[in-house]
Amino acid sequence: MSAEAAAPVQRSGRSIVWTRRRRAFARNWKQFRRDREGLIGLILLAFFAFLALAGPWLVDPESTAVITAPGRPFEPPSSQFWLGTDEFGRPILDLLIEGARVSLMVGLIATVFSMVIGTVVGIGAGHFGGWTDTVLMRISDWLLVLPFLPLAIVLLVILQNSSWLGISPVSAIAIVVGVTSWPATARLIRAQTLAVKSRPYLDRARALGAGHWHLMSRHILPNVMPLVLANTTLTVAAAVLAETTLSFLGLGDPLRHSWGTTLDGAFGSGAISIGAWWYLIPPGIAIVLVVLAFTWVGHALETVLNPRLQGR
Amino acid sequence: MTAISLLEIKDLTVTYRSSDSDGDIPAVRGIDLRIDPGQTLGVAGESGCGKSTIVAAVLRLLPKTAAVTGQILLDGENVLEMGWGRLRAARWAEASIIFQGAMHSLNPVQRVGKQIAEPILVHEQMSEADAYARVGELLEQVGLPASRAYNYPHQFSGGQKQRLMIAMALACRPKVILADEPTTALDVMVQAQVLGLMSELVRELGVGLILISHDLSVLSRTCQRVAVMYAGKFVEQGPSDLVFGSASHPYTEALSAAFPTIGDRAFRYAPRGLGGDPPHPQELPSGCPFHPRCPVVQPECPTASLELWPSGPGQSAACVLVRDRDRDRDRDRDRYRVSR
Repeated sequence: MSAEAAAPVQRSGRSIVWTRRRRAFARNWKQFRRDREGLIGLILLAFFAFLALAGPWLVDPESTAVITAPGRPFEPPSSQFWLGTDEFGRPILDLLIEGARVSLMVGLIATVFSMVIGTVVGIGAGHFGGWTDTVLMRISDWLLVLPFLPLAIVLLVILQNSSWLGISPVSAIAIVVGVTSWPATARLIRAQTLAVKSRPYLDRARALGAGHWHLMSRHILPNVMPLVLANTTLTVAAAVLAETTLSFLGLGDPLRHSWGTTLDGAFGSGAISIGAWWYLIPPGIAIVLVVLAFTWVGHALETVLNPRLQGR
Repeated sequence: MTAISLLEIKDLTVTYRSSDSDGDIPAVRGIDLRIDPGQTLGVAGESGCGKSTIVAAVLRLLPKTAAVTGQILLDGENVLEMGWGRLRAARWAEASIIFQGAMHSLNPVQRVGKQIAEPILVHEQMSEADAYARVGELLEQVGLPASRAYNYPHQFSGGQKQRLMIAMALACRPKVILADEPTTALDVMVQAQVLGLMSELVRELGVGLILISHDLSVLSRTCQRVAVMYAGKFVEQGPSDLVFGSASHPYTEALSAAFPTIGDRAFRYAPRGLGGDPPHPQELPSGCPFHPRCPVVQPECPTASLELWPSGPGQSAACVLVRDRDRDRDRDRDRYRVSR
């Protein structure tokens, strides 16, 4: 009887699971689509992601090199250069497309750092409590209390000057932004862990002989995951802004373009006093759009994943 | 006393240490019990008398602030002296728990099959596919179709969730099952089904079952023996029909009398129960802790020292009246002999 009972479970089980997964995805997607801002955000993100990925094919590398720049300095927008040129005669549009890659990549890598560290610290602190909690939370307090910019600048300078580490300047920015932005996530995850920890099914899991790792990975993590996901999209927005800030302050990689370095170039070359608005405004708008898109998508995701927010 | 019992508890005390000035809280104050294969022991008592603390003590699930003394022999091995690794291995594999409130003891974001397979995967070297096959068997054993392993907890009714908890408790083929108020949140019909299922499984699998409940009708139906607990101690124990049929401790009597007899008009007009509340563990009355509420209190009760005196075949109770009745009977018998 047991063999008969087991066989159909295994055979039909997988297909049942996949049908249900597809249905759940379709349901969530339908809900997401109803959120107009989330949808606009998603389209914007897809557009920027396309620019970043297709950059090498869209832009001739010679046009963004100082020596082989095709235009004259500070040319206003024209049919040849849609967004004008910079002080070296490089087309702003090409700079922007190139910059999308670095800006988005730094934002995403920094977010991964921040989310992984924040989730591990948050779950660890919440689950173990006591001394572990105190020590981890004091460290996060310390990072939260220090102003972001001075801390990031100091860390970045140290990392960029430690050539033995073999970190490229762009990855250094990603690491610094990630390392300085995890405390907020850790706090959030810790609070959620504490809430989950008091549920009886954790007692039950403990009673059946589960160890700490099992409890944290099997029971707590899946319960805090929606929060982590929703928080991730919001963190990307902050990370993109942080990258721009650091690049604008001249801490970016001088050999690679990001939107921050483009803004820095505009500032440094006196584009503002010349009145070359085409140099200044497009990168600014690009940054605002990406940040806005991530925030919208984040809120829409939060609504989908957290049923209590629906209908508000 | 030939073989080792599945579970034997000797002189168990549990004291919750309290950091504030009120001092320590003695939750369990010296409990002895043993359980053999195929046996069912019921533990009855009011809320807060220490029933659930016993269950948690058996698998050492109490918070760090609880000080436990005595012996808990699980298959002859003292749980209180096990190392951490041994303890984790013994949890669920030798004794499992059916928790109070099945509604909340299931993780809402995991499929139930995965949760039932959890103890199997933790304790046994088994592939996931084999574990799932066993989950299917377990589900059928508790009367649910095997295909429901792929559902989430919210897709089950209360009684079904309780069945899931029973299936989970059986997952590692434990020798002892501790059921902590397994039917509290269920309506009477489902309760009857769940209890019937548990009795059947005890008979079939030969496990030992400790059933904890405040509901005497549950205990009298399911258990061969019952123990009645008051303020952290057993006040009466014996075969369940004797304990509830002819109680020898006034507390047991009051507990049984507090249950309404359906259709009995007399009861409706004069419901019986006990006045007062169970004593706070930090302010236990001297002597017999029950004396402030006892309907037949004797002058010596506030100072008497108690033990479980035999009061019938296999039955014993901690009451001075039982002791005196015993003495009277001996005296009568002696007198009878003398006169012969």
